[in-house]
Amino acid sequence: MTGAINMFKNKIIIAAVAAMVGLAAVPANAAEGGARPERQAWSFAGIFGTYDQNQLQRGFQVFREVCASCHSARLLAFRNLSEPGGPDFSEAQVKALAAEYDIADPTAEGGARPGVAADRWPSPFANDQEARDANGGSLPPDFSVLAKARGVVDPFPTWVFNYFTGYQEGGADYIRALLLGYHDEVPGTAPEGFELPEGKYYNDYFPGHAIGMAPPLADGSVTYTPGEDGVAVPETVEQYATDVSAFMMWLAEPHLVSRKQTGFAVLLFLVLFAGLMYATKRKLWAGIEH
Amino acid sequence: MATQAEHSSTNRRDFLYVATGAVGAVGAAAVVWPLINQLNPDASTLALASIEFDVSAIPEGQSVTITWRGLPVFVRHRTAAEIAEAKAVPLSDLKDPETDEQRVKEGHEQWLVMIANCTHLGCIPVGEAGDFDGWFCPCHGSHYDTAGRIRRGPAPANLVVPPYEFVSDTLIQIG
Amino acid sequence: MSEHSTYTPGNAVEKWLDDRLPVVRFAKEHLMDFPTPKNLNYWWTFGAILVMCLGVQIVTGVILAMHYTPNIGLAFDSVEHIRRDVNGGRIIQATHAVGASMFFVALYIHMFRGLFYGSYKAPREIIWILGVLIFILTVATAFMGYILPWGQMSFWGATVISNIFSAIPLIGENIKQLVLGGFAVGNPTLNRFFSLHYLLPFVIAAIVALHIWALHVPGNNNPIGVEVKESRDTVPFHPYYTMKDLFAMVLFMIPFAWFVFFAPDILGHPDNYIMADSQVTPAHIVPEWYLLPFYTILRAIDFNVLFIDSKLGGVIAMGGALLMLLIVPWLDTSKVRSGTFRPMFKWFYALFAINFVGLTYLGAQPAEGIYTVLAKVCTAYYFLYFLVILPVLSRIEVTKPLPTSISESVLGKAHA
Repeated sequence: MTGAINMFKNKIIIAAVAAMVGLAAVPANAAEGGARPERQAWSFAGIFGTYDQNQLQRGFQVFREVCASCHSARLLAFRNLSEPGGPDFSEAQVKALAAEYDIADPTAEGGARPGVAADRWPSPFANDQEARDANGGSLPPDFSVLAKARGVVDPFPTWVFNYFTGYQEGGADYIRALLLGYHDEVPGTAPEGFELPEGKYYNDYFPGHAIGMAPPLADGSVTYTPGEDGVAVPETVEQYATDVSAFMMWLAEPHLVSRKQTGFAVLLFLVLFAGLMYATKRKLWAGIEH
Repeated sequence: MATQAEHSSTNRRDFLYVATGAVGAVGAAAVVWPLINQLNPDASTLALASIEFDVSAIPEGQSVTITWRGLPVFVRHRTAAEIAEAKAVPLSDLKDPETDEQRVKEGHEQWLVMIANCTHLGCIPVGEAGDFDGWFCPCHGSHYDTAGRIRRGPAPANLVVPPYEFVSDTLIQIG
Repeated sequence: MSEHSTYTPGNAVEKWLDDRLPVVRFAKEHLMDFPTPKNLNYWWTFGAILVMCLGVQIVTGVILAMHYTPNIGLAFDSVEHIRRDVNGGRIIQATHAVGASMFFVALYIHMFRGLFYGSYKAPREIIWILGVLIFILTVATAFMGYILPWGQMSFWGATVISNIFSAIPLIGENIKQLVLGGFAVGNPTLNRFFSLHYLLPFVIAAIVALHIWALHVPGNNNPIGVEVKESRDTVPFHPYYTMKDLFAMVLFMIPFAWFVFFAPDILGHPDNYIMADSQVTPAHIVPEWYLLPFYTILRAIDFNVLFIDSKLGGVIAMGGALLMLLIVPWLDTSKVRSGTFRPMFKWFYALFAINFVGLTYLGAQPAEGIYTVLAKVCTAYYFLYFLVILPVLSRIEVTKPLPTSISESVLGKAHA
C-alpha cells in the first residue's frame, strides 16, 4: 500500500472514531436521573479489592436497625454473616442473632420458631401487597442483589476504561449517592417544570427525582461501638450511607474476595503459561519459513 | 552425529516442552477439580448437616419425629419401665447385640434418638407397637424393642443411632 | 477423505481397532498429518478457539443445569443459589455468562477473517454456509439462554423478539403463540427454552463436525488466497498448528479470565438483577451486545413500504441481513480470493467493519434523534456492501499481481 493510501485510510478510521466519540459523549440517561453519582474509593474495588470487615459490620447494623423494617433480604442466610470474606461475625454471634427472629415454619408449634443459622433473613412483610400498603403504594425493593441491580452509565471514553479497571461498583456508588441525595425542599437544580407528587420526596439521583422512601438516615440515628483500636467512627449520614452501601455490595457479591484472589492467581498462571506456550511455538516453528 | 550445539539445543528444547507440558497439566488439574467439586453438597445443604433440638418439650412416654439430613429421626422420652425392660434383655437374645447403655448417652438414658428407617428396606416403623413394646415395621414385620433393637423379623440391624451430643441438659445436637 | 492415509498400526491392539473402527487412523489423518498451509496467520487460530469456547459452554452449562430450576417462581433464586451456595458456583456461572460473550467475539473475528480473505469462495461455499448456519444457531442458543435467569432483561428481551413472529402476515400471531406456549412470555416459554438451550449446542457441535469435514476436502484457505500447489507449501497440522492454536487459546483465556474474575457483570445489564415483572417495562430494553447489530437493523425500518408495515419490514430486513451472509459466495465473484491483493476491496471492507461496530453501538442507544438517522445509514451500507459493492468490485477492480505459490510468497517475505 502506498503512503498516500495509507494516510487516507488512517484519516477515515480517525474520522469514524471521532464521530463515535462525539456521539458517545452524551450520556444516554442525562434526562432521567441526576448527574453521575460520585465515584467512591471502595475497599472492594480493583483487582486487590477486599471488604473491610468493620465496615460490613457497621453496614449490617445500619441495615438491621434502619432498613430491615421495610426492606427484605430474602437471599441472606444468617450463616452468611459468619462466612469468611464478609462481616465475619462468630458462629456464636450468628446463632444468637438468628434466635432473636421468628421464622415461619409450618412444622413448628404455632407456625413459627426461633431462627437458626441455616434460616434466611425473614421479610418484614408477609407479602408484596402488605409491603405496598405500609409504604404508600411503593414496594421497598429486596436488598439481596440490589447493589448489582443498579448501575451508572459512563460516557465515552470512561466506559472503555471501566473495562480495563474492572469497575463493578456502580451500584454501590448509586446507592450511596441516593441516600445522600435528599433535599428538604425541591432545589433549583430540579428539571424545569418539576412538580413533586404528594407523598414523595425529592432525590437528586432517583430516576424521575420523586422517590417514595422518606430520607431514612439522620445523624446519630445508629450508635456505632468503637472498634478494638478505640477509634470512634463518625455517626453521620455520610458514614451510614457509605457503610450500608458497602454492606449491600457484600450482600450482592459475598464471594467477591475469594473471586478476586483466585483471579489474580489464574491470570498470573495464564500469563506465565502463555509465555511458555509462545516459546514452545517459536521453537517448533524455528526451522520453518513462514 | 549430533554436534555439541545441536545436542544442547535439543536438551533446551526438550526441557521447554517438558516444562510447558507440566505447567499445562497443573493448569488442567486446577480447572477440573472445581468442576467435580461442584457435585459435592453445597453450602445450604451443609448448613443443615447439624441441627439442635430441645428435648424438654417431650413429655415422658411420648415420641417426636424430626428431620435431620433429609432423614426422619425418632426422639423418644422413655419411661422408667421401658428403660428397665431394655436393660433386662440378655445379649444372646439379640440379632445385633448392643446393650442399652451403648445406645443412649450417660446421664440421659431416658432419651432415645434413632434414625426412623427400618434397617431392612427403609420403611418408617410404627411406635408403641409390636411384640416387644417398641416399634413395629408394617412393611415386612420387623419388631424393635424399647431400645430400638431388632428382636424379630427380617431387619438385620438395630435402628441406627445417629451421632449426637447433649450440649446442655435439654439441648441435643445431631450431626 | 481426499488424502491417502500413511497410517500403519503400531501393534496388534491398534491393528485390531483399526480393522473395526479406524479412529486412530482418522485422528492421525485429520488432526495430526493433515497438510496445512504454512503461511497461516493468527486470524486462523479462531476456529480452534471457537471449538474451545463451545466446549467451555457445554461443560459449564451441563453443570449449571444440575443446579438450575426452569420455573418462573424459582429460576431467579436458583441462579443466585448457584452463585452463593454451590461450590465454585460463582465462577462456573460467571464463566458461562462471560463465555457467551467471548464465544461471539471469536465468532465475529472468525467470520470477518472469512470475509476478508475470501474463504467463502469456491470451492469452500459449503464450509461458509455451514458456518453461517452455526452462527444463526448460536444466536438462537444465546437468545434462549439469556431468558433463563428470568431477570427483567431476560423477560422483556424475549417479549420484544418473540413479537417478531407476530409480524408474519396471517399466521404470525399463531406462530408466536406456538413458540411461546401462551399469549405472552411465561412459564411454558421458560421451560421449553431451557430444553432447547440444552439441545442446540449439541446440534451446533454436529454442524461444526460437518464444517470441519467440508474444510478438509479442499484444505484450508490462507492469507494470500493462492491454493496449495506442492507439499513445500504445507506443514503437518501437528505439532505446528496444534501448538500454535493452543498458544492462541491460552492468550484468548487471558481477557476471558479477566472478565470472569474481575468484571463478571460488566458485559451484562444491571436490570437483569431485577426479577422479571410483566407489569413493569425497563426504561431501555437492550439485548446482549452481540445481538445489537441485528437489533439496529430491525429497528431501523420504522417506516412502511407499500403494503409492508414497518414491523414486518424490520423483520424482513433483519432476516435479509443474515441472508446476505449466506449468499456472499455468489455476490462476490472476484477471481482474486484474498483481500490482500484487492486494494479497492480493502477500503470498502474496512468501512464495512467500522459500520458493523457502528451498528453494534447504535443498538444500545434509544431510538431517537440522530441515532435513528445513523441506524438507517449504517443499515443501508450493510446491504449496499453485499448487494452492490461486492458485485461491482468483482467486475471493475484492478487487483494486484498474485504470487505464484505460497512458498514463493513466504520466501519473498523472508528476503524482504
